[in-house]
Parts: sequence; structure tokens; C-alpha cells
Amino acid sequence: MSNLWSYLDPLLFSVLPYVAFFSFFLLTIQRYRQRGFSYSSYSSQTLENKLHFWSTVPFHYGILVVLTGHVIGFLFPRQLLLFNRIPVRLYILEVSALIFGLLALVGLIAAVSRRIIEPKVRGLTSVPDWILYGMLLVQLASGVNLAVFHSWGISWFAATATPYLRSLLTLHPDISSIAGMPFSVKLHIVNAYLLIGLFPFTRLVHILIVPNPYLWRKPQVVRWYTRPGATKAAGQRFGRGSI
Amino acid sequence: MNVRSQISMVFHLDKCLGCHTCSIACKNIWTSRKGAEYMWWNNVETKPGCGYPTRWENQEKYGGGWETSNGNLRMKSTGKGRAIFNIFHNPRLPSLDDYYEPWTYDYPELFNAPEGPDQPAARPVSKITGKLIQIQAGPNWDDDLGGSPVYAQNDRNLVGLTDEQRQQLSSIERLVLFYFPRICNHCLNPACVAACPSGALYKRGEDGIVLVDQKRCRAWRFCISACPYKKVFFNWLTYKSEKCILCFPRLETGQAPACFHSCVGRARYLGVLLYDADQIETAAKHRDEELIEAHRSMILDPRDPVVIQAALQNGIHSSVIEAAQKSPVYKFVKEWKLALPPHIEYRTLPMLFYIPPLSPVMAMQGKDKLVENVSVNLFHDIDEARLPMKFLANLFGAGHEGKVRYALRKVKAVRWYRRAVTVGDVDMATAEHMLREADSSPEEAEDIYRLTSLCALEDRVVIPPAHREETIERVEDTAEHQTNHGFGFLTELGRGM
Repeated sequence: MSNLWSYLDPLLFSVLPYVAFFSFFLLTIQRYRQRGFSYSSYSSQTLENKLHFWSTVPFHYGILVVLTGHVIGFLFPRQLLLFNRIPVRLYILEVSALIFGLLALVGLIAAVSRRIIEPKVRGLTSVPDWILYGMLLVQLASGVNLAVFHSWGISWFAATATPYLRSLLTLHPDISSIAGMPFSVKLHIVNAYLLIGLFPFTRLVHILIVPNPYLWRKPQVVRWYTRPGATKAAGQRFGRGSI
Repeated sequence: MNVRSQISMVFHLDKCLGCHTCSIACKNIWTSRKGAEYMWWNNVETKPGCGYPTRWENQEKYGGGWETSNGNLRMKSTGKGRAIFNIFHNPRLPSLDDYYEPWTYDYPELFNAPEGPDQPAARPVSKITGKLIQIQAGPNWDDDLGGSPVYAQNDRNLVGLTDEQRQQLSSIERLVLFYFPRICNHCLNPACVAACPSGALYKRGEDGIVLVDQKRCRAWRFCISACPYKKVFFNWLTYKSEKCILCFPRLETGQAPACFHSCVGRARYLGVLLYDADQIETAAKHRDEELIEAHRSMILDPRDPVVIQAALQNGIHSSVIEAAQKSPVYKFVKEWKLALPPHIEYRTLPMLFYIPPLSPVMAMQGKDKLVENVSVNLFHDIDEARLPMKFLANLFGAGHEGKVRYALRKVKAVRWYRRAVTVGDVDMATAEHMLREADSSPEEAEDIYRLTSLCALEDRVVIPPAHREETIERVEDTAEHQTNHGFGFLTELGRGM
């Protein structure tokens, strides 16, 4: 078994991430340029309005907090470890991470159930959607599993995963820190790469279009076709607002 | 003064016969496709009635339009802060059940059914799931059911009516209804535009038509709940919002929009209004009872040299100003003050105006009694009408009767005047007295009569030249676009990457 891992590890942790990010960056841009029309949140709320609340809201709030945690662990490992010196702080972080992870998992299970139960929503769920939901279930279930059975992940993530991820960034992959990880951790990492690689083929692209100038634009949008600078930019630019 | 031009509309409710030809014309051109079957960019409702989507006027549920709080204008259901928290689930969104689930019938069953004792039936099949469904509602489900306790009594405009008035609405001999055709109002202060997080909705600067940029729409759905008239729809197949485009491809080529062109009752008028865009915010902040007047005062006189000068400076073409001078909408809205905006209390400043219906008013009285009323109180029967004034005021006057009564008095006076001219069985002196009382004159009455009854298509629909040729030439070679891309999209064809 360990022999098998010695072959698989470099493939999964040194090659797959580059394939995934290659797909993520190039194909996402390519999709935006060729089929920008397909960038949408694909909301099914108009078809079913009640279960929708109990699925999307917990899922999104849960996943947002958990993902932010991962990013912080990646960007500021040293500060995080220093912060966790005092055990109470670590306990609080661990418990909240678990709570939000569970929130996301429960929301996702509700979302998948809704898609199965509601005929209208089921009919409009595509094959990529089902694959995506399956992968997300694996990702969240393995994540929650880590939080429960491999405690203090907030500290050991910063000590092991972060150096590994940074080694990927510098194009000198060093998988020594994660080669000895248990299967559930490896599953979590590999599935994450698969999610990133398949990102441009799924509805996940809506993550990229959330940031928008709504917060600082004028309420009313007016587009002029007869004023300089209109025309081609008419599709991209905001015209003079009235209020 | 920031003069802009706006293509505006007037619907004459006395002339609408409720034939739905407009809805069909619109449907055939724009929404007869998958994902859009349930959309009726143009629909005709029976009033009193629930409308489409059901009870769309219930803003406690849908939170459409604007409200004033502490001197600020804000949207009822959304805004910059609230959109962030509601972006995953919009609590005010109507669901498909509030419209109806589109369906077809299982026609092959009529041919393929095995031989049996009964006639085969074509059962309804959902156009979304393809499964058999029980039809719960459909387009015009309450058509012509004004007065019915099940539907009409749920009309929001019955708020403030006495129990007696409500009962009268459904009693046999007093039952009353009128038709209320609706399209997008192409508002001056559109809540749908202000609510869109992606900035996909916009108002065209040249003619004020409100459109959804299909490529920019990301299905955040806030436009749907923010529009108090529920005239933005969600395409469940493309996951994009769609709405009435006022047939801009027709307008740009000098043709009336399909619903206007097909109107059997000739009830629809279209023309340009010049307005002062600097006043939008202040006008929308007025108190309910001042809103109609504030809205009207934004509309500028296209013959005023100062206005013309400012319009030209703002890039409005002289041909558009000419069209504004001939605009039938200007006459109905500003000169004669007969046409009123629907639910101005939503503060979106709609640019579709309605002439409130008088028909049921006259129908109630016997001839003798009517003449008697004239000698006692010229306009007595307007308030005695089958359709309570309060109902019309809720719909067209933000709950205040003054402006509605003014319009109805004038319409009635014009009728009396024309009766005196053509039939002669009523006294001309009385008719002229009525006109004076209604703030009108025989000359004005003749004009109103002509534009109401003798109007040809070119009188009803005065389309300003769109001058799109100038637009394109200024920036791009027209030949470059020829045969190059599909309708509505301006991206270049190419390899992409």
C-alpha cells in the first residue's frame, strides 16, 4: 500500500495541482470570452422558493467562512500559529470552524435533497451539476471529518499544508510534509484540486462574478449610444447616472 | 436643466375592450420560446382583480418600488447593503407559482391511445418537467371575473373602501369591471435598474427605454422583486431576466410597437416627452398627494424656446424635439391632465399613463335621472358611480381622489359637449357650463374628441427618428458589422483564443 502511495503521491500532489490550475485559469478565461453569456448564478429560486432558503443560505455562509479560514491559514501561517499559542483561542477557532463546516454540509445536503425532491428543479439540474454536488459532498464531508477526528487542524494546516502549497507556488513542489498524511486528508486535498480543475465546466464560475461595482455605482444606469465613448463600451461601461 | 427625451405612453381605458390582441402580438414576437412561455410582457388584467402575477400590487409581500425615509429615497426591499445579505436567497422573490406553471397538452395521446370505451383526452403536461400536471392557474385566470368574491375581493385597490361599496362590487346589478392593459412603464426612476447588482439593467439615454443586458445579467434576481409592477421576468432556461423592450427594433425603424400597432380599440398612444432629469430624485421624494403634480412638472414644454435650446445642447436631435411637439402623450398628460400614472406611490415615476375609465359611471343612470342630475349637480354621478372613486384613486391617484376626479369630470364634460353638438338632445349652454366647470373649453373639447375618437395610427403613435445611423457611424464602420454578428450582440466574431 505504501508502495502505491509512493507512486501516487507525486502524481496527485505535484502534477495534479498544476493541471488543475492550468485548467482553472485558462479555461475560465476562455469560457468568459467565448461564452460569457453562460456566466450566471443559475439560481433556481423562481422555481422553488421555500426549501431554497434552508439550502443556499446555510451552505453559502458556511462555505464562505470556512474558505476564508483556509485562505488565512495559507497567507498568514506564522501569525496563526502564534495566535493559537493560547489553547482557548485554538479551541474557539476549532469549534467555530466545525460549526460553519457543518452549516455548509447541512446546507449542501438540503440543496441536493431539494434537487431530488422538487420535480421542476430536478428537471433543470444538468449532469455537471450532479457531478459538482457529488464532489462538494465529498469535500465537505471529508472536511468535517478532519475537524472532528483530526483535531487542531487550524494549527497543523498552517504547519504542513501551507509550506506544501507555497512550494507549489514557487514551482518546487515539496510533498514531504503531506506524504505521511492520513487518507482522509489526502482525499480532501485531491478532491479540492479536482474541484479547481473542473471549475470552468461547472456553475462554480458564479464565484468570480460576485464582486461587482454595485456598492460604489450610482443607483441609476444610463447608456448613451450617441455620446463619445459609448458604442462598444456600451456593454461594459456605466453611463452617466441621474441620481 | 438636464433635458432628456423619453418615449412615453398613454392607455385610454375607456377604449380598451379587453380583447388581449396586444398580449398575443407581443407573445408571438418576443416570448413564444422555451423559458419564456410564462412571461407576458404585455398583459391585460380585469379590475377589480388579482392581476398577474397574482396580487402584484401587494408590496408588503414583494417589497417593490421606493420609499422615503428621513428625507432619503431608498428601495423598499433592497439596496447596496441589503443586496449583500440577500444575494443567496431573495426573500421577496415571487416564485413561478405566483405566475403559473406553463403547460401544453398531451396531443399525441389523441392519436396513439388504444381503442377503448372512452374518448381519449389530451391531458395537460408541464412545459418545465414534461410531466402531467393539475393546472392550478394560468394566464388571465380571473379574466372578466370582476366582482367575483374569489378573485376581485383580493384586489389591493379595495383598501379604504367601505363594506357597502365592496358588497356593491359583487352584487348582481351593480357588478362592474374594466380592463387594465399593462406593459413595462419604462420609468424615470426605475427600481429594477437601481436594484441590479451587476448593472445589467439600464435606461437608454436617447429614448428612455429600459433594457436588460442579457450578457451582463447574472441571475441575482433583485430586479424582479424591486419592480413594483412585476414587469421583469426570470427566464428559467437561460437564467437571465427579461422584460418588455418596447419593441425597440420596431421603434428604431419607425414602426409602432407590436402591442400598439395591433390594438383593436385604438386605446394606445405613444410619443416623446422631454423631461428634466435633474428633478428625478426630488420629484420622487414628494409626499404621496404631491407626487402626480411633481411628476408632471418634470415634463417640459417642447415649444418653450428655453427648453428647445437646452435640449439641443444636451444632444437631443431637432427631429426628436419636433416629434415631442406633436406628441399625443404630451397633450393627454400635460396639457389636458387626463392621463394619470399607475400607482405613483411606488415612486418609480412611470412613463405609461392611463386615462381612467368613465364608462360604468354613465351606464348606471337612467336618462331622465341623468338630466335631472345635471341641473342639480353637474358631476354628481361621477361620485355615485358603480366603480367607487376611491378604487380608481387607489390605482391612479396614490389614494387621493382629486386628480382622478379632475380627469373624469373633463372626460364627462367632453362627452356632454359632443352630445350637444351631434345629437342635440342636451342643452349646449349646460354642456359649455360643464366644460368651464371641468377647467376646459369647447376648443379643447374638440381637440380631446379628435384625438380620442377620430385618431389615425399616425396621430396616436408619433415615433421620433432614432438616428441610429449617426450613432454607429460616429464610432464604427457600419460595413464592419454587416453580416458579422447576431441581433442584439455587438461582440466581434473571432477565434476567441
